[in-house]
Amino acid sequence: MDKVNGNHEARIGFYVCHCGHNIAAMVDCTEVAKYVGQLPGVVLSRDYKYMCSDPGQELIQKDIKEFDLNRVVVASCSPLLHEHTFRSAVEAGGLNPFFFHMVNIREHVSWVHTNRDEATAKAKALARAAIRRVAHHRALDVKKVPIHPDVLVVGGGIAGIHAALTLAKAGKKVYLVEREPSIGGHMAKFDKTFPTLDCAACILTPKMSEVGAHENITLWSYSEVVKMDGYVGNYTVTVKRRPRYINEDLCTGCQECIANCVYREPKFPDDFNEGLGKRKPVYIPFPQATPQVVLIDPEVCLNFKRGVLTDKCKKTCVEACGEKKAIDFQQKEEFQEIKVGTIIVATGFQAFDVARMPQYGYGRYPNVYTALEVERLVNASGPTAGDVLLRDGRHPKSIGIIHCVGSRDKKTNRWCSRVCCMYSMKLAHLLKEHTEAEIYNFYIDIRAPGKGYEEFYDKLLEEGVHFIRGRVGEVTDWAFIPEEEGKLVIRVEDTLANVVRRIPVDMVVLSTGLEPQPDAQAVRRLFNMSCGSEGFFLERHPKLAPVNTFTDGIYLAGCCQSPKDIPDSVAQAGAAAAEAMVLIDKGHIEQEPNTAYVLDDCSGCKSCIPLCPYTAITFNEGTKKADINEALCKGCGTCVGSCPSGSIVQNLFEDEEVFSEIQGVLAND
Amino acid sequence: MKYSYFPGCSLKGTGRAYEESLLPVFQALGVELEELDDWNCCGATAYMAVDEVKACVMASRNLALAEKAGHQELLAPCSACYLVLNKTKHYLHESPAVEAVVQKALHQANLTYSGNTPVRHPLDVLINNVGIDAIKKRVTQPLKGLKVAPYYGCQIVRPYASFDDQYNPTTMDRLLEAIGCTIVTYPLKTRCCGGSLTGTLPEPGLLCAYVLLKEAIARGAEVVATVCPLCQFNLDCYRDKMVAKWGGETVPDPRKAGARIAVGPRLDIPVVFFTQLIGLAFGLTEKELGLQRGFTPLRRPAPAQPQTAAA
Repeated sequence: MDKVNGNHEARIGFYVCHCGHNIAAMVDCTEVAKYVGQLPGVVLSRDYKYMCSDPGQELIQKDIKEFDLNRVVVASCSPLLHEHTFRSAVEAGGLNPFFFHMVNIREHVSWVHTNRDEATAKAKALARAAIRRVAHHRALDVKKVPIHPDVLVVGGGIAGIHAALTLAKAGKKVYLVEREPSIGGHMAKFDKTFPTLDCAACILTPKMSEVGAHENITLWSYSEVVKMDGYVGNYTVTVKRRPRYINEDLCTGCQECIANCVYREPKFPDDFNEGLGKRKPVYIPFPQATPQVVLIDPEVCLNFKRGVLTDKCKKTCVEACGEKKAIDFQQKEEFQEIKVGTIIVATGFQAFDVARMPQYGYGRYPNVYTALEVERLVNASGPTAGDVLLRDGRHPKSIGIIHCVGSRDKKTNRWCSRVCCMYSMKLAHLLKEHTEAEIYNFYIDIRAPGKGYEEFYDKLLEEGVHFIRGRVGEVTDWAFIPEEEGKLVIRVEDTLANVVRRIPVDMVVLSTGLEPQPDAQAVRRLFNMSCGSEGFFLERHPKLAPVNTFTDGIYLAGCCQSPKDIPDSVAQAGAAAAEAMVLIDKGHIEQEPNTAYVLDDCSGCKSCIPLCPYTAITFNEGTKKADINEALCKGCGTCVGSCPSGSIVQNLFEDEEVFSEIQGVLAND
Repeated sequence: MKYSYFPGCSLKGTGRAYEESLLPVFQALGVELEELDDWNCCGATAYMAVDEVKACVMASRNLALAEKAGHQELLAPCSACYLVLNKTKHYLHESPAVEAVVQKALHQANLTYSGNTPVRHPLDVLINNVGIDAIKKRVTQPLKGLKVAPYYGCQIVRPYASFDDQYNPTTMDRLLEAIGCTIVTYPLKTRCCGGSLTGTLPEPGLLCAYVLLKEAIARGAEVVATVCPLCQFNLDCYRDKMVAKWGGETVPDPRKAGARIAVGPRLDIPVVFFTQLIGLAFGLTEKELGLQRGFTPLRRPAPAQPQTAAA
């Protein structure tokens, strides 16, 4: 057997874990232990029910001392779960933790095979490979990398707001970057929140003001992150700040400019009110906008022509602003570079585009609304001051609310958007309160699994809101009987009564689902994250690392990870902030020493330099050789494979380690 | 442009007017149609319900013949043929078991099927290959102001919506607008015409057909344009029964808010193939387009406004 550390024989301890029945049901663990026990270099081979348990770990420590082991192999689950556990156990037993190697015979063997004999044979082969490999392992040191204490929060909806405030209150410096002119996100548009019917603005705007005023928070609204470089603890981020044509430092939010704009009446669709209201070219998105700073829309401002300054307006706004001199038509977009150690991504969702379901008539029939439009319509500060006035000028006497529009549908989005049942019922309650109309909910299932949610459903039933189980086929203005004339007819199969119904109503509300932001893929690439098949950002582990991403130091919060309600978004934001603080307060992270290093026989050909995705390689003019910055190296191995002279080596993936592992898999003994 | 042309039984029988108008319209547009030699029953929607595999064998023989004829694409104007041929292609693509049976049967007739022949609908070809502009150029007598209810029926958009929207198709709307027609809002565009129920269970079948005509009247349409022989048949051929049953009903008067008009006298609204309207706009005669075959024949709209009859 191969030598280790120059003169000592390899003395390997091998442990195969049953993982209860997870492994033992498909792999004959006793047989694997017996087989490995007779391989050269193996001093000891055991099978054990739960290697990750305390007794399992103590067993390794005891054996190291008693049998003078210098290498350890455990065949169990994925290294993602327990590599750290066993390395620590080996270290506690007095060995360098990298004298350990792990074999995954659960995810790679027992869970994916159906034939016990073949599974056992595969487990043996993988164990044999590890035994051959581990003999070549060298002692390695864990590196420590310092963490920059500042945090970037991307997205100023309720999740981003909560994460930023949590960190700021703990004394951390936070940059909060928001794309829209104001923070607040979707929640700022809501009228009330379910199930408590708290006024959304009343609970959100104090937090928004706190963000605006907090000394530890730098708020950049109307801005976007355009570039991110670096690595955990040391990210360099470039933020593009779009011109508002208003100097934020000089604007006091007095809004005199708006009152004095040459447009006497608001004329342009107002995004905040989902286009139901109008605004002027100079505007503030909503009364409680944070920052309290106006902005100018160069697409419609007379002083510009489609974004290009023409200087043709009387500039009554500039006069009105007077001595404050906050209006600056010459403002250009700016790029600012910041250094942060950790990043929380809270970029939110977009509502499903109802144009994808033309059978519901949105855009064709004026009295078909999206749920977000209705939030504004019932809102006291909305375009109608809370009066539910339809687009055709009538007040509705009957209203149909269609659930699952763009959710639970193989043709659009397969997932349940989680909040629609509850917000549909909330809107049903509010609409009933505002209009006393008959309200019909069309649902597939009522999903009300939250604190006080089922009770809210009960309350709605008691209020006399109708619930009809069935996915709506179409919304039409075709009247079958005279009573339907002038109405919108909802055609649905009532799957409880087993009849097809036609329900005539005055107003239809489409409860749109939640889907990833349209630029989620670009954001994913920007922050080096992954997306699930549906396009939401992927957490590192669905159960145990729900706010971590696969990139260290980058965390998720809110609906960018999956649809969720406000309490869950806030909880997740708090968790993401806590995860960031774990790194910040520790001050450093330990990095896996699987980095590459350059041997003396490097010819200085520089071919590796442009290949490195992390720009970790530079050319040393003194030695005329390549230098690898260990702090930047991620251990991807690209340079190792590409080096024409084989002069780059990677820790834990050295040639002898990899080749003996391959030989071990292929050996036939 | 050249296509294999699969008429199917309807275009030689009850839907003759469809073929009679389709051929000269395509000719006028420079699209060559070559009738598939020795074609057989498409497999038909009804037979699909009895024995799908055998229906597939029948349909695939036509597909194999088209391949043998060497043209790139097969034009199937009848909605039922269009659907069955496409469904067969889909089944053969999805199911190796069905394909094996079909290939074996074809082999005995010295035919093979490779799946390389797209089955196209005239609406698809006119919009996407010929193009609206080319059609506009051919118009000599625009049907200015003719109010048309565009009726697509179910089969060309369900379950496969390959060239138009499943719920709100617009290809025919755009074609008819191009030749001068005014399209009335017609939310029943893809609703059932009664299908073969008019023959088997007349009560619900007739009701289906009736509501289509009633709504066209309520929307102020002067003519219903369709793409399907069965739709045309169901809407055109049972008017006497509809009048007897529902003739007393009224609908809102599309010309006068608040007023109502009786349905009965207006149930004789013409139901024509869209190709017949295009042919009229191209200056072809009623006879050349088979317009005399309808129970309520459509007459060319009187040349609109004051332009005092120029020679």
